[in-house]
Amino acid sequence: MPDYKWPEPGTTALLGKRLNRLDGPAKVSGAAKYTYDLKCPGMLYAKMLRCPYAHAKIVSMDTSAAEKLPGVAAVHIVQGPGTEIHWADDDIVAVAAVDEPTAEDAIGRIKVVYEKLPHLVDERDLQKAGDRAKRSAEQVTGEPDQAFLDPDVVVIEGEYGTSVVTHCCLEAHGQVVEWEGENVTVYPSTQGVERVVGQYAEGLKVPAANVRTLMQYVGGGFGSKFAADRWGLACGELARKAGKPVKLMLERKEELEVAGCRPSVYTRVKLAAKRDGTLVGWQSEAWGAGGPGGAGSPPMPYIWAIPHQRKVFSSVATNTGPARAWRAPNAPQGCFVTMCAIEDMAAKLEMDPFDLVMKNNSLLGVRAELYRQELLKAEELMEWKKKWHPRGDRSPGPVKRGLGLSLHTWGGAGHASNCEVTIHPDGSVEVSLCTQDIGTGTRTAVVIVAAETLGLPVEAIQLHIGDNRLPSSGSSGGSTTIGGVSPSTRRAALNALEQLFNKVAPSWGVAPDQLEAVGGQIRVKGDPGKSLSWKQATTKLGVMPIKEMGKQPGPGELNSSGTAGVQMAEVSVDIETGIIKVNKMVAVQDCGLIVSMKMSESQVYGALIMGIGTTLLEERVMDSITGRMLNANLEFYKLAGLADIGELVVHMWTDPEQQKRGPIGLGEGPMVSPGPAIANAVANAIGVRIPTLPLTPDKVLATLEKGGLA
Amino acid sequence: MKEDERKPTKPPSPRGMSRRKFLKGVGVGSSVLGTGILGGPLLPEAEAQAASAKVFGPSAVPIELTINGQRRSLKLEPRVTLLEALRDQLELTGAKRVCDRASCGACTVILNDVAVYSCSVLAIEAQGKNIQTVEGLARGSELHAVQAAFVENDAQQCGFCTSGFVMSVKAFLDKHPNPTPEQVRLGLGGNLCRCGTYAGIRKAVMDAAKALPASRNRSGQGGNPNA
Repeated sequence: MPDYKWPEPGTTALLGKRLNRLDGPAKVSGAAKYTYDLKCPGMLYAKMLRCPYAHAKIVSMDTSAAEKLPGVAAVHIVQGPGTEIHWADDDIVAVAAVDEPTAEDAIGRIKVVYEKLPHLVDERDLQKAGDRAKRSAEQVTGEPDQAFLDPDVVVIEGEYGTSVVTHCCLEAHGQVVEWEGENVTVYPSTQGVERVVGQYAEGLKVPAANVRTLMQYVGGGFGSKFAADRWGLACGELARKAGKPVKLMLERKEELEVAGCRPSVYTRVKLAAKRDGTLVGWQSEAWGAGGPGGAGSPPMPYIWAIPHQRKVFSSVATNTGPARAWRAPNAPQGCFVTMCAIEDMAAKLEMDPFDLVMKNNSLLGVRAELYRQELLKAEELMEWKKKWHPRGDRSPGPVKRGLGLSLHTWGGAGHASNCEVTIHPDGSVEVSLCTQDIGTGTRTAVVIVAAETLGLPVEAIQLHIGDNRLPSSGSSGGSTTIGGVSPSTRRAALNALEQLFNKVAPSWGVAPDQLEAVGGQIRVKGDPGKSLSWKQATTKLGVMPIKEMGKQPGPGELNSSGTAGVQMAEVSVDIETGIIKVNKMVAVQDCGLIVSMKMSESQVYGALIMGIGTTLLEERVMDSITGRMLNANLEFYKLAGLADIGELVVHMWTDPEQQKRGPIGLGEGPMVSPGPAIANAVANAIGVRIPTLPLTPDKVLATLEKGGLA
Repeated sequence: MKEDERKPTKPPSPRGMSRRKFLKGVGVGSSVLGTGILGGPLLPEAEAQAASAKVFGPSAVPIELTINGQRRSLKLEPRVTLLEALRDQLELTGAKRVCDRASCGACTVILNDVAVYSCSVLAIEAQGKNIQTVEGLARGSELHAVQAAFVENDAQQCGFCTSGFVMSVKAFLDKHPNPTPEQVRLGLGGNLCRCGTYAGIRKAVMDAAKALPASRNRSGQGGNPNA
């Protein structure tokens, strides 16, 4: 049996190096074909009639005028009379036509009568939520009442919140569906090529064995693209009815309203600490909303094992598009509340929050020492001690500067994965697994692992992904992909190599385990005279290729979980205009063994940039009167642009201890801290806390009116 | 009666103003978007005023476009945008429809040296101009310096905004061959990325600027020969 482990640190040819993204050339030249780009012969285009009300009952509908319109091929009622609709823009009727304008014209001819019902779309005032709020049981740890009554503790009280933000994938949700008899091929825009198979089978009432799903590129998911979705099944029904392939992609407005959001959280917090900064007590009343299903309870206090706690959470059901997993579900909200309260405590104690965080290091559990080291590194990269000043920049002029920090964690253990490696007698190599590259670099990572293991250049590997007929390898979510596909690929490649060694070793009269694959050669360890080129070696296979599987989990320690991470932000706030500029952010991030350095860094840069957007700009704005989203477009749902991001410093933590842990997912951890790091920097700059995200200029000015430097 | 008191009620239009309806409403050659190329505004009152003007459509009309140096004949309704013509009729799918209203830049192509949002240009307006798309930038397998710099600096993740960004950067560098960081910051603010690839893009712009003088004379085929 092969020795299943990762190469020794410092011995790798490809692993952890600065290789380019393998599908980079396809993406920069427009050659990468996304679901949205696909066109099959005879393909029809579908549009959806959507409910204009946030809460309503369908009384009656008439689709006859749409059906009669020339060019319309199929009409499918998604939700018919009698159905109660719980959010605006929910799917009602889908139409497939020869082109998009005809489908749009047909939608306009459908008549639906609704009975309007009372709606709730604004959860900011918990009192007004009434029976829409479901209060969970109070959680108590230690003796919080006594902790807060202790005359020697300092107590701060604060209100902290984050608004609902959307996923806003640039490639909207959607798919192309094509039938051939009882078999159906779906081209979804998804984070789970295999995961949606069962959903299509069930929804379209065909055996799962009849469903094929294919996808090579997806234009963003961020947690929102795991389901076939009602519109996917409607697309399937239209295609079946019309007898032609149908494409249905959401419009931008629909993407923002119904295709996923991150729940809000609002809190009233009390935090108690000894005068030396030791955190002793936490008390929080929190609530949040994420659509009809309410919201999950964010972890509070986040990562700090404060000994005495009392907390309660209410989930508010609103008539808004349903929440979906959004990069590190619940963690950014919990981290924001916790790290803001800690910063406010430091200000009250007149301590540098860096010192307060260091002082409480022991509350960070198993990764306390790693956090300590990462904090020191971040301090160095930010020059925190040199730049930090007590709360409120007293320097003259309207532009105030400040520093803030935050810490985070994420699991990132690998999901189950199966990989098949084929070595052909002509030397060519195929690696096959049903994973998908959602922009994280999975394609590149799998090839790096296979090439490293086989001692080949990356160009020698042909990779097959994005097809449910390939070996099962999980969805891309929860930062589980890299920790799943890397070990399965490594094991498959080691297994295949063992078979190749078995064929080659006899000619040298050595045991197969005395061989190694390095630099495009198969050779005897420590005997440079005995070597064959890869191609010479594989000709010994005769006519049959080697096909070997590798599994995760499997033998050997190739995988672990649990990461730390520290971020610091430096901002300028103009107290006359309220405009905040992020001057610099520093991220120090571990993620076990790094497979691809460039793509790992890109993940962290991306998290910082997305975090700047969600902190300063992004907010789903609902209109309480109409129950509709007011900013379901890219003019007023503001994403960060190139001008918004400042200097970004990313430091990947790569000590030998980390390399022994195997690859750990990185998509989510670094997404957790930007909000509190920036918000704390703003409080440090202007002397007061802006309680809720996003930190828009109007909020800065309104907060300054109540106190602070203005 | 107030909107929210009606019950049961007929729905208002389920859609907001789309780019297509907007363009269709103002018409090409009207006082709003007048280019002087074509007459035929579609608003009834404007139509009356311009009764003598040449009217195109509403059914499909033959047009000719010059794309990446090649002349292409198409037949399309005057309401079809350049983006739709490229994507649906010519299968040039590098330009993407994301916001559909000139906010995000994913549909950027270069029209006579100027980066434009092709979702907000009618195909018939683009006649007689040099249209350059991302597909025309590389020479065979040799990437244009901007594309190569994007790959080298990992200025892409999911890649959906990348085609548009590459075209914006190409047009930007043609105008600002030695840009300052501040020029980059402001000059490329018209493209949005959701994955957060701006750090790589900033570096790619600077790298491409350095690499370009050497390759400037052989910028992608279909570029304006007078540039």
